Parts: sequence; structure tokens; C-alpha cells
Amino acid sequence: MQKYWHVIKIGFANTLVYRVNFLFRCAFGLIPLLASIYLWRTVYRDKSGDVGGYSLAGMISYYLMVTIVDTLTAVNEDDWQIAADIKDGNISQFLLKPINYLVYRLCLFFSGRIIFSAVSILPVGIFIFCWRSYFVAPHGGVALGCFLLSTILTGFLQFFMSFTMALMAFWLLEVSTLIFMVFAFEYIAGGHLFPLNILPPLVANVLNYTPFPYQLYFPVGIYLGQVKGAALGRGLVIQAGWVLFFYVLARVVWSRGIRKYSAVGG
Amino acid sequence: MNPEPSNLATRVRRHAAIYAALWRNSVAREMSFKSNFLLWIVVEFLWFGLQLGFIDVIYLHTDHIASWSKWQVILLVGASHFIQQIFQAFFLTNCTQLSELIRTGRLDFMLLLPMNTRFLVSLRQVDLGGFVNGASALVVMGYAAKQLHLLPDAAQIAGFFVLCVIGIFIHYSLMFLLASTAFWTVRAQGIVWGYYSMFNIARYPDAAFQGFFRGFFTFAIPMLLVANVPVKLLINRLESPQQLFWLLGMAIVCFIISELFWRLSMRHYASASA
Repeated sequence: MQKYWHVIKIGFANTLVYRVNFLFRCAFGLIPLLASIYLWRTVYRDKSGDVGGYSLAGMISYYLMVTIVDTLTAVNEDDWQIAADIKDGNISQFLLKPINYLVYRLCLFFSGRIIFSAVSILPVGIFIFCWRSYFVAPHGGVALGCFLLSTILTGFLQFFMSFTMALMAFWLLEVSTLIFMVFAFEYIAGGHLFPLNILPPLVANVLNYTPFPYQLYFPVGIYLGQVKGAALGRGLVIQAGWVLFFYVLARVVWSRGIRKYSAVGG
Repeated sequence: MNPEPSNLATRVRRHAAIYAALWRNSVAREMSFKSNFLLWIVVEFLWFGLQLGFIDVIYLHTDHIASWSKWQVILLVGASHFIQQIFQAFFLTNCTQLSELIRTGRLDFMLLLPMNTRFLVSLRQVDLGGFVNGASALVVMGYAAKQLHLLPDAAQIAGFFVLCVIGIFIHYSLMFLLASTAFWTVRAQGIVWGYYSMFNIARYPDAAFQGFFRGFFTFAIPMLLVANVPVKLLINRLESPQQLFWLLGMAIVCFIISELFWRLSMRHYASASA
């Protein structure tokens, strides 16, 4: 296992180089978020009562929690790098070494997220501080515990889905279109734009059969108490199921891809 | 070819000829990856649909956002998408590739060519998909206008497109300015990506914002002017011609700043290749 510890350390060193880049990325990313919050505040000002069970504070907290979970778990460069590794023939060296490429990538993802989150503490912290009067506490201790567990599962789910998708580079010349298409679905069906339970119930129910809500909405919903009771336990099991499913899928696709692989550029 | 083009007319004519050649080049390149070209159009379609979906969901729960009705906002989202796509067709890839040109030293070759370097760097490639997506935005706008029983006259429509061109120019100047920071930081992707995420603001009605946020995104980074002003012209909501002048003024200011920064960067540039 020590070799993977080294990978994590390399990952730290590599991503630290781009800390300023990260800082910009994170700070800029808060601007559309701020716009969404203002937009909702305008909507709430002109109407009385809640929107789909969310008070104004609940709605603003939703977006703040989305930012936190997203910072901790989102894949932002890994899929491109994996696809590039395959296209450029860089994975040949991993096939020759006693190292598992999936675990190797997972370590890099982990270290990248740690650095990104550390860098983000400053802008996100300031942002949340400014909105603190709207920031609601977690819906009880159980909710907080389940939220943390679910966030970890979200990280794994994000990674395994992206990994599987990037492996399409074994068969396709261009995977960026595919990545952007799936990203579009993640963006809306994952709850990036708005909480999923303000959708018409039929649509929200259909979405629950896809993995997308478990990539973001689910942990945030737990924190805010929108997901609770029996639905909470069931949801965690389903989320773990999706993680397992994409892990197995990643392994299967990898082993088939390797057979197709022709080590371009050697 | 005259190494020192003395008068403006010859220079303009030569740059036009070069630009025509760049167009032919871009068309040939796009057509050699046909399926990829079509897939990118699908991607943009999805993202446009997603923005419209967001507006639709908000209006499930309210019937106005600061006096803007649903179809007015759809019109605005369409206009914003149109401006963004046409900007993308002419400038976006070129701006994002600037850091690559610097990193690999390929910029050196461009500096040696007997033409305006900024012209070449900004217009090297044309992204044809942007025109298809721009057209789809116009279709959505047409539908929204029908829902609003809006019948703009020819002057309004012409004015709308002129204002869109000014908006595209603002996007270009700001993006080019940010891309030029790559002369110092080498990897400017984070910054460029950041600006891209700011496009989001352009599609919201300006009246939904107040205070510092509204001021900043009107007079510092004029996101709230770019699409709002042309749409207000269409729906007869321009309170005074003042906003037209602000849009034009900001476009000029942004361009001058980006040009000054570009010249400063050129002097700073020390070449990356051996």
C-alpha cells in the first residue's frame, strides 16, 4: 500500500503547482452562485410563503451546501487526464508496473480534492460568512452523520462515473463531447441548478431512478432535512448500490479496453 | 508582398484576404471531423435546453421575476445564448488557445508574420457550430416573441442585431484581456473558465439584482448590459436611451483596456521556445 501513499504525495505536489489557478476557478465559480441566490431572493420578495417546501433561508442554504459538496467531490480535470493518458499511450507504463491504474487515479483524485478544498476554504468561507444569517444548521446529529457518509459516497460515485466515461477513449477518438453531454445531465439532474424536489413530483420520481441525484442533491437534501426517515436509509443503500455498480462497470470496461488498446506513441 | 504596407486600404485588404483564407481552412477542418462537429452542436443544444429548463422551473413557482414575465425572460435567455454562440463562433477557441501558443512558443512564428498579431491570434479559427446554435437561439426567441404577441418593427430588429454585435465585442475584449494574463501565469485556463461561468449572469434580467452586484456587473464587468439592453429594445422597455450609450461606452472602454494590456504583454513576452 505504500506505493499508493507515494502517489498521493505526488498528487499533492502536482496540484499545489496550480493553486492560484484553483483559487481563481473557485472564486469565479461563486459568481453564478451569487446570481442564483439573488434571483431567488427577488422571487421570494414578491410572493408570500415557500417554494416547494423551501423557505428563503432553506433555498440559500441549499446553494451554499451545493458549493461545499461540489468543492469536496467534483471531478474537474481527472477525466480529461485519463482520456489523454489513453490517447497518448501513457498508460503503457502502468501495464508494465505492479500498479492498478484505477487505484492510482483514485489517489490522484483524492489528493486533488484535498488541495482544491483547502484552497477553496478562503473564498467559500468568506462567501458563507457573508450569507451566514441565511445559513441553516444541519437537520439534527443523525442528519449530519448521514450527510458526511453520503458526501463520501458521492465522491466515489463521481469518480467511478467519470473514470468509466473517460475509458471510452479506448474506442472513441474524441471523448470531450461525451463528457460534456453527461455533465449537462449531471448539472440539471444532479441538482446543481435548483433543488430537485421543487420539480413536478412525476419528474422528480423519474430522476430518482437515475444515478444523477446521488451525485449532489442527495447529501445536500439530507443536510437540510429534505430527505429523512425511511427515504434516508433507502437512499443511502441505493447510493452505495450505484457506487458499487459503477465500480464494477469501471473494472469491466477497463479490462475490455485494455484488450483493444494498441499503445499509440509507446 | 509589400513588407511595409504604408496605407490603411492595402492593409485592410490584405487582412481581409488572410481572413478569407482562415475561413476556408476552418471549414475544411470542421468538415474532416463531421460527426464531431455534429456532436458539439448536440452538446450546445443540451446546455441551452438546460438553461431554458431552469427558467421554466422557476416560473412553476412564481409568475414574475421583478416585473419580467416568463416569456420575456425566455427571450432574454435566447438573446444571451445567441450573443454567446456568435462570440464563440468567431473568438472563443482562439482566446482559450492563447495560453497554449505561449507555452509551446508557437506565438513566435506568428510574431514574425507581416501582419497584426492580435488579428491573427484572435481570428485564427472559426467555430462553425456556433452559427448553427446561434440560429437555434433565434428560433427560440421567435417563439417567445410569438407568445408575447410581440411585433417589433424593422428598426427595432436592426437595432437589436447592432446591439448584439456590441455585446459580442464586449465579451471578446474581456475574454482576450483575461487570456492575455497567460503571458504571466502560463496556465490561464482557470481564468478563462471563470469568465465562461460569468456568461451565466448575462441571461438574467437586470432588475433581479440590486446594489453592489448590479453596479459591478453593469459598470465594471458589463454582463448585465450585454443581453438585457438588446432585449429591452425589442420589448419596448428601454426607459431612456442612456442604457444604449452605456453599452456602447463600455464596449469601447473594454476594447481599449484589452488593447493596452495586450501591448504591455507583448513587451513582457520573452518566448518559451529554445
